[in-house]
Formats: sequence, structure tokens, C-alpha cells
Amino acid sequence: MHRFMHRSGGRFQPGDNKKTLAQLKNGQSGTVVEIQGGRRMTDRLNALGIVPGKKITKTTAMLMRGPVTVEVDRAAVAIGFGMASRIIVRPDHAP
Amino acid sequence: MTRILLMGNPNVGKSALFSRLTGVQAIVSNYPGTTISFTKGYMKLGGEKAEVIDAPGTYTLEPTSEAEEIALRLLDSGDIVINVANAINLERNLYLTLQLLERGIPMVVALNLWDDTKHRGVNIDLEKLRQLLGVPVIPTVAITGQGIKELVEAIPSAIAPHRPPNTRDERWATIGQIIEQVQHISHRHHTWRERLADASVKPLSGGIIALAILAAAFFVVRFIGEGLINYILDPLFNTLWAPVILKLSQLLGGSGFLHDMIVGHIAGGQLNFLESFGLLTSGLYVPLGVVLPYVVSFYLVLGILEDTGYLPRLAVLMDTILHRLGLHGYAIIPTLLGLGCNVPAILATRILESKRERFIAATLISIAVPCAALQAMIFGLVGARGLQYVAMVYGTLFIVWILLGLILHRLVKGFSPELLIEIPPYRLPPWRMVFRKLWFRTYGFLAEAIPIILGAILVVNVLYILGVFDAIANFTAPVVTGLLGLPREAVTALVIGFLRKDVALGMLAPLALTSGQLVVGSVVLAMLFPCIATFVVMFRELGPVDMLKAVGVMIVAALATGAILNLIL
Repeated sequence: MHRFMHRSGGRFQPGDNKKTLAQLKNGQSGTVVEIQGGRRMTDRLNALGIVPGKKITKTTAMLMRGPVTVEVDRAAVAIGFGMASRIIVRPDHAP
Repeated sequence: MTRILLMGNPNVGKSALFSRLTGVQAIVSNYPGTTISFTKGYMKLGGEKAEVIDAPGTYTLEPTSEAEEIALRLLDSGDIVINVANAINLERNLYLTLQLLERGIPMVVALNLWDDTKHRGVNIDLEKLRQLLGVPVIPTVAITGQGIKELVEAIPSAIAPHRPPNTRDERWATIGQIIEQVQHISHRHHTWRERLADASVKPLSGGIIALAILAAAFFVVRFIGEGLINYILDPLFNTLWAPVILKLSQLLGGSGFLHDMIVGHIAGGQLNFLESFGLLTSGLYVPLGVVLPYVVSFYLVLGILEDTGYLPRLAVLMDTILHRLGLHGYAIIPTLLGLGCNVPAILATRILESKRERFIAATLISIAVPCAALQAMIFGLVGARGLQYVAMVYGTLFIVWILLGLILHRLVKGFSPELLIEIPPYRLPPWRMVFRKLWFRTYGFLAEAIPIILGAILVVNVLYILGVFDAIANFTAPVVTGLLGLPREAVTALVIGFLRKDVALGMLAPLALTSGQLVVGSVVLAMLFPCIATFVVMFRELGPVDMLKAVGVMIVAALATGAILNLIL
């Protein structure tokens, strides 16, 4: 699991049952538990309904630290890699 | 007069609803951020005239971009709000609804895209929702007009239920409770559209789809543009208009000031609409015979791309590259619009979040993204020498776009925010809308471009006669001849480029340039000085200081590129 930490770019150290959105596998779902960002970032994510407690499913990810695509409330949202690395998610079931 | 505001999340169909209510055409597309300014129209409300305003989309009343700030400012001026919400994503849309209710403005909710609820498996208890929100809730389908009558009837009963200001968490908690009671989601299988939607943002399949779509777009634009020119407009000009002009030329005595102004120069009885430079020859042929066909074909293809919902997916694919240029993926939308006209493109940079991004995007567009009018002339003039020369012009501009972006990213202070956008579902383009939008944009081109083109040709003729161009040519000869390797008369084109780039490129036609010189001339003309309309919009959007900076970058970049090309070719 720690092999890929240098790619994830997040400050977050993954625990037993938490991951960053960037680390989630394609097709995997989870619940947002924390957003590790400043006011501006939380504002922008709040606007799209990405707030702690929200169910989220990662659909795809682009190569080379490209954007991550997720589904939230039946809407598709693309999130930049850095931002996705600072959204902490509790996966629904262990991968 | 009562003022009604259409407020809602981006891409929920506010503009489509606005067109339904007022009969005024507003640009409708399938991506968030189509409306970046407001459009005003009027409707009848109980026998009285009411003003309707189509505001830019916003997710919250805590703005995160220029477009959202405009929406917030408009809110203070409205008497009634029609909150347009997307029935498919009720949770997220209700956040703005609650914020609006807290403001205490009389409100009606239009639950748009209602027709999608059935096949997306979304069931909403409307009666319950009305009860909980305390305002009328009307299901609508703006594209087809369903529910519009009911919405209009409900406007007089708009009310402002008392709702105290809440915190963010409280709002989400309230939304949770509302959704629990009114929304029921039934399970359903993935549709082919959703599979395609996923495929177009996956690394490999997405790249292939993007290349296929962009290549197809290019060929369709060219096919339709050339088709219109070769089979309709050229025959019309040559068989119908040419005899009229030749007759007129005879009547005017074949030479003299008036003759040259109206008909232009006719060398040896041979009429060349592009080179003669009279008001009734080049003045009509440039806008109608050369540019119009490409404006029509470009905006048709762009309209289809906009309405299917593909553009935000292209933004996702381009994000990594655009980050290196100090932008994020969504900057691809203003850039593509720039291939039509730089003016709406620079306005569209309002969808970007930071001042830095807007400066970089606007500068890159004004320098390295040629508008449809200029491109039409490039295909006409440079294309006549062989398509490899056209490829040289485009290749150079593309390299400039990349290099300049890399440089600006290093030089401009600040940082650029990351991509965060909603990706709309794919939709089959509503054809009636596609053609209305095409007509709207084409009409806009004709109304704005023809007077300026005629004015530019008038100015060219007057300046020639007064000998002003000779003076400028002498003065600038070291740069134009020495640095760029163009004949000194070419400076007249560079000067006129300030008025219209298409007319300006046309001025290079009679100069008997080599193909290499024509490439240099086209590239420098594309890069150097935006046309006056772009200039004005840059001034307004960036402010005087940043505009001057952009112009500085432009002059250096254009001359450097021209000089390098001159050395190579």
C-alpha cells in the first residue's frame, strides 16, 4: 500500500479504513469523512455537494496525476488530482 | 416593473427556460457556465409587462468565480426568483434553494429536466416537496416547453416563507431530511450513454474518442465551409454579382476616386473580388463569400459539441496539459470558443476561478487562437498555395500557444486552482436549439462584422489616397522588411489588422508574396494586436494594467515568431 504514496501527493497517511479519494480504486464507493483543505477548497467542494458524510463513488482517473471522476448524488464531478488527494474517504468495504 | 430572476445551479436549463418565457434567444448548451453574463427579456404577467433576467448559474450564494459573483449581485435587484433546479440532482440543487429562501425573496421552484427523472429512476413527491419548502414547485421540461404554462401561472403565487439563516451543516442536515421524505430512487441498469460517458474520461479510450471527435469536427467544418464556398457562394458572386459590378465599373468611368472606392481596382478587365478592395467587391466578398461559410460551419459543429455535453469531458482529458500552462482543463472551453471569435472567448474566461488564470487564458487566446474569420481567409489565401502552408501556420500558432503558456506560467505570480467541474450527462443535441443557436450566432456575426469590414475598406482606401500608408511603411520598413522579410507595403495589412483580421489578410493578397512570406504574414497578423473588438473586451475584463501587459507579450511574441519563421522559411 505504501509503495504508491509518493504518487498520491496528499498529506494524509492512510489508516486501516480510510483512503484519499485519489487512492480509491475505480468503481469503489465510500463515504467522505474529512476534507483537508482551506476555506476556498471546502467552499468549492461544498458547492458541488461534496461534504463530510456524503456517499461518493470513484468512476475513473486519468493518467499522470490527472483528474479523478466521481459520482455524487447521480451527478458526475471531475476533481483535480491534488484536491482528490485531500478528500478523505472511508471505503464501503475493504478492497 | 416586476423583475423576475432565473437563478439556479449551472447547466440546469435556465437559459432554455428563459427563451421559453420571453421568446428572447439566449445561448443554450450542455455544459456548466454557458451563461457568463446576464440576458434580459420581457414577458406578460397578468396583463402587465415583467422583466425577466437569465442569471449565470451558481451553486451557492458564496461565489467562487466571476460568473457566480454576477449572479449574486443580480439577486439584490430582483422582486421574484424562479429557482430552476435539476430534478435529477435534487440534493445538491436544494442547497441554493435553501440559501435563496433564507434571503426572503418571493420564490417559485421550477423542477427542470423532469422528463429525465423516469429513466434515471428518480421519483419525487411534489406535493410533499411543496409542503416542506413552502413555495410552489412546478415540474418543467424547458427544451420541449412542458410545464411552462403552469410555471407562468404559478409566478403570482410566489411567496417568501420565513426561514432563518442557517449554517452550512444545518442546511445539509435539512436537505437530508427533505430528501428522505420526498425522493425515492429505484435501481436501474447502466445505459449505453453512461458507458460512453465513462469511456470518454478514461485515459486510453478517452484519448482515442477525443482525437476522433476533434478530427471529425475539423473535417466537417472544412467540408461544409468549402462546400458552401465552391457550390453556392462563389457561383453566386461570379455569375450574378460580377456582371453587375463590371457594368457599374463602366458607368463610373473605369477609374477615379469614386470608382476605386466602390468597385476597387480592376486589373485588365479581370475582376478579383478578394484583391480589388472596393466596398461592393471585397467589402461584400470577404464577409459573405469567404468568412460567412466558415462561420456557419464552425458554429454548427461547435453547437453540436456544446449540446451533446462533450466539452467538459475534453476539459478532463486536457487538464494535465493545461496545468503546465498555468491553467486547468476547463480553460479548453474559452479556447475553443476563441476559434470562432475571440470576444466571447475572453468573456468566457469568467468561468475560471482566479485572476491569474483569466489573464493567462485571455492572453493566450488573443495571441495564439485565430478566429473563424481569420481562419477562413487563411484557408482561402494560404490554402491556395498548398495545404502544407496552412499546416505551417496552424503548427506555428500551436507551438506558440504551448511555449507562451509555459513561459507565462513561470512568470505570472500566484497559483492556479485545480479543476473541479460537474460533468453533465450526454444528451442528443436538441436540433431545433442547435439551429436557433447557429442562426443567433451567424446573425451576430453579420450584424457586427459587415459594418466594420466596410468601414475598414473605406479607411484603407482613404489612407492610401492620403499617402498615410507610405509614411508608415517608410517608418516601419526596418522591422517589416528587415526582421520579417515582408515587402514594406505589408505593414498596411498589419495596421488594418487592428480593425479586422480578415480584411487585413486580404490586403496581403495583391502583394505577390512567396508562399513563405505568406505564412510569415499570416502568423504575425494572427498574433499581433487583437482586433479592436477583442481589445475592448480585454480592457474591460482584465483592466488597463493587465491588458497592457498582454499587449506587451503579444508584440514581443509576434515579432520573435515572425523573425524565426523568416529565418527558417
